[in-house]
Amino acid sequence: MPCTGRVDVIHILRALEDGADGVYVAGCLEGECHFQTGNLKAKKRVQYVKGLLRDLGIEPERVEMYNMSASQGGRFAEVAREMVDRIKKLGPSPLRGD
Amino acid sequence: MIVAEQKPFAEIMEMLEGFQKILVLGCGTCVTVCFAGGAKEVEILSSLIRMDRKKKGQAVEIVERTLVRQCDPEYLQELSDSVGQFDAVLSMACGVGVNFLADKFSQAIVLPALNTRFMGVAEEHGVWSERCAGCGDCILDLTGGLCPVARCSKGLFNGPCGGSVHGKCEISRDVDCVWHLIYDRLKGLNRLDRLDEILPIKDWSVSPHGGPRKIVREDLKV
Repeated sequence: MPCTGRVDVIHILRALEDGADGVYVAGCLEGECHFQTGNLKAKKRVQYVKGLLRDLGIEPERVEMYNMSASQGGRFAEVAREMVDRIKKLGPSPLRGD
Repeated sequence: MIVAEQKPFAEIMEMLEGFQKILVLGCGTCVTVCFAGGAKEVEILSSLIRMDRKKKGQAVEIVERTLVRQCDPEYLQELSDSVGQFDAVLSMACGVGVNFLADKFSQAIVLPALNTRFMGVAEEHGVWSERCAGCGDCILDLTGGLCPVARCSKGLFNGPCGGSVHGKCEISRDVDCVWHLIYDRLKGLNRLDRLDEILPIKDWSVSPHGGPRKIVREDLKV
């Protein structure tokens, strides 16, 4: 997507419904959105999805929002490792078909 | 518009217990605009229902659909061939739509996914508040266009009461005293003389207190 402002609740839900163990949204740094507030909107939607997961009895930590600039390759890798570690600790999604 | 909000998810799942083939039915008007029961919310709620059932190991088959309106017979007619296939119809319309579905499809189990809250406005994106109580006898000409029936906590016709403090209602500091607003507005319009008149006792027989209401326009009937 050109901006995390386009991320909708249903996009995250679809990934989880299809068996993703976790979903993270990587947006630009806060205050540096090319479209002003796209990443802040995404942040609120991620928070909203966390609430929906609580309703479902699924760990809200399976969904997260991170912020980084396009030049922060190191940070991107660090976040990916952090999220993978987190999901490994949580185990497979209860929605996994297998 | 009619403003509604989704029922707690647990309540919806409790209603759906035992039903396997479910039509999740959105409405394309008021509840779309207030983000409670339009096509987008149909997708989200359907996804959540499927995930909940999957987690519990219970089968479910969901069909997602959104009608232009659920409060006009020509749109409900679109369902007449298919509604019988479903164990239940989960309507994401306001209470009007749920009622009309039940009126029109006597054999269908119709369930509400929303709580219908009020007739109101979008103050800003994500914030709605009540403006009209549908009392059936509008007096907004006398109150500067601001409604004491819908917006005064006591529904006073000759306010404000003693609970008005610095323009706020005694029930909450977040609630404006509408009589304070009415006074300020009429003062600004140089029409304070409107308040010299004591408003008479209102005829509540045209409100919901008078029983279910109906309008018949012979000129429009076909």
